[in-house]
Amino acid sequence: MEHVSIFVKGIFIENMIFAYFLGMCSYLAVSKTVKTAVGLGMAVIFVLGITVPINYLLENFVLKEGALTWISPEYANIDLSFLSFIMFIAVIASMVQLVEMIVEKFAPALYGALGIFLPLIAVNCSILGGALFMQERQYPSIGEATVFGLGSGVGWLLAIVAIAAIREKIRYSNVPAPLKGLGITFIITGLMGIAFMSFMGIEI
Amino acid sequence: MKALHDFLEKKVKPNFVEGGKLSKLWVVYDSLETFAFTPGHTTSKGTHIKDGIDLKRTMFLVILAMIPCLLFGTWNIGHHYFISINAPGATELGSMFWEKLGIGAVKVLPLIAVSYGVGLGIEFLFAGLRKHSINEGFLVSGMLIPLIMPVDVPLWMVAVATAFAVIIGKEVFGGTGMNILNIALTTRAFLFFAYPKQMSGEIWIHEALQNKAAGLAMADGYTGATALGELATTVGRDKGTSEVVSTMGQFAESGMYSIQNCFLGVIPGCVGETSALACLIGAAILIFTGIASWRIIVSFLAGGLAMGALFNVFGANAFMDVSPVHQVVMGGFMFGMVFMATDPVTAAQTAAGKWIYGFLAGFLSIMIRVFNPAYPEGVMMAILFMNVMAPTIDHYVIQSNVKRRMKRMTLQTANA
Repeated sequence: MEHVSIFVKGIFIENMIFAYFLGMCSYLAVSKTVKTAVGLGMAVIFVLGITVPINYLLENFVLKEGALTWISPEYANIDLSFLSFIMFIAVIASMVQLVEMIVEKFAPALYGALGIFLPLIAVNCSILGGALFMQERQYPSIGEATVFGLGSGVGWLLAIVAIAAIREKIRYSNVPAPLKGLGITFIITGLMGIAFMSFMGIEI
Repeated sequence: MKALHDFLEKKVKPNFVEGGKLSKLWVVYDSLETFAFTPGHTTSKGTHIKDGIDLKRTMFLVILAMIPCLLFGTWNIGHHYFISINAPGATELGSMFWEKLGIGAVKVLPLIAVSYGVGLGIEFLFAGLRKHSINEGFLVSGMLIPLIMPVDVPLWMVAVATAFAVIIGKEVFGGTGMNILNIALTTRAFLFFAYPKQMSGEIWIHEALQNKAAGLAMADGYTGATALGELATTVGRDKGTSEVVSTMGQFAESGMYSIQNCFLGVIPGCVGETSALACLIGAAILIFTGIASWRIIVSFLAGGLAMGALFNVFGANAFMDVSPVHQVVMGGFMFGMVFMATDPVTAAQTAAGKWIYGFLAGFLSIMIRVFNPAYPEGVMMAILFMNVMAPTIDHYVIQSNVKRRMKRMTLQTANA
């Protein structure tokens, strides 16, 4: 039950885009068509689903104060948490490299469509955000951390697919010239944020 | 009519056409003229479909369908006003009919005037600036906005919220028919999030606050809260506590928020939303004339009932124990179902998409209402959320249709 609640929370209540506005750059840039949006969303789910548990292990067995006691009890008061940013990013970057190779091999069309934004997942704020939220919230087990990573990824996918579908729909709308492109996308994001506020504050 | 037509053609129109004294106001003249007469111009190329029903007549029929809600809501304001000041005999439904209607009219007419004034003003301005003719889209929104406002909402707030919704919600997308969120709901959501303090508490009864300040006691046991507001107080408490039991007593057969009262609508709430009966009359008109999608209405209702029944099974708190039928006649559920979810612009466009859209919207309405005590009025948020999701639903419905037909086509060519 705990896992389900963390998963649903990650998708709707603590949505990466609409609750924290993380990962906006690729969300705004790759949301022109639904197809590429789904591809990038899948990649984000994959990366989040792998990096959050790996970072969880790092956090609990290397970085946290006293985490190294499994090697020897004398390390009990060593606190490596100042290294967490650099360690988390290193894990994320190597995972993204892996995803890039997989996508290039099995979905070359998607690889072409995603372009520069695929390697840029490495610096997608929502990925590092996922790792840092995991650290801050102190999930009790690796299972919960994984579910949190997957839930956040699905929430991000939902957001980017929804805005991509809206942008496809309004492609031929008579939007005032200064607002065409990114301007109207920002406005849509704001309006979508209002709609997502329906879930804020739900306790599950 | 002929005399009026001649007068307009010969005396008035020349002032507005290119080169006339008032040519800047052509859009205004054009929109007013087409109210009375069918425009004489036709499309010059390609095929076009000719039909007696155009956008103006569609909008007019929707407004007609809202009249029962409007009239009932107006009377209801007066009804609760007189009950709250303890007027003798006010609780009788038939008593003081005209007085009640009068009090209501004093409250409702300014709301309508402000909503239309601000909305149409902005619409005219944009039409003039962007050189397109004035669309009739705001006629319905302008009527919906007063109907989903609390009685004592300050008029300037209505004006600000309407301006926000019309400019940011509609005009920046290119005007009528291009918006992604329902305009009236955007107005309501804006008010709700921008002025949360003023949009909660004792605003459902006319002058409840002033009366309280003046030391006038309300009638016994009369709190003036909405049914959903009362129910929200029971969330997170044990079912057995005496407060919860006494609150739930109001929802029983003889209580203030019984099913009959909620269905008729003699309960406090937003101006037009309280009466499920009036909404259903509107629904009948809209379905009969083919303007609202019956698919959305039916699936919305099914979604609400399904969620209500599901909550009954869990029954974790008193709110979840409310019967599904009671759930759907309370609050803005019926109003949202008939007038908001069926908005042809923001709803899903495909037939299968409409079923999914309606069902999820109804399902979420009841879910948000129970799970989120901060927003007892879950219908508004659920429909807004589904507005956002509608293009996605449509996209996948269309994709699956494409896929199915491709398959059929390859089969046929293979057989040939």
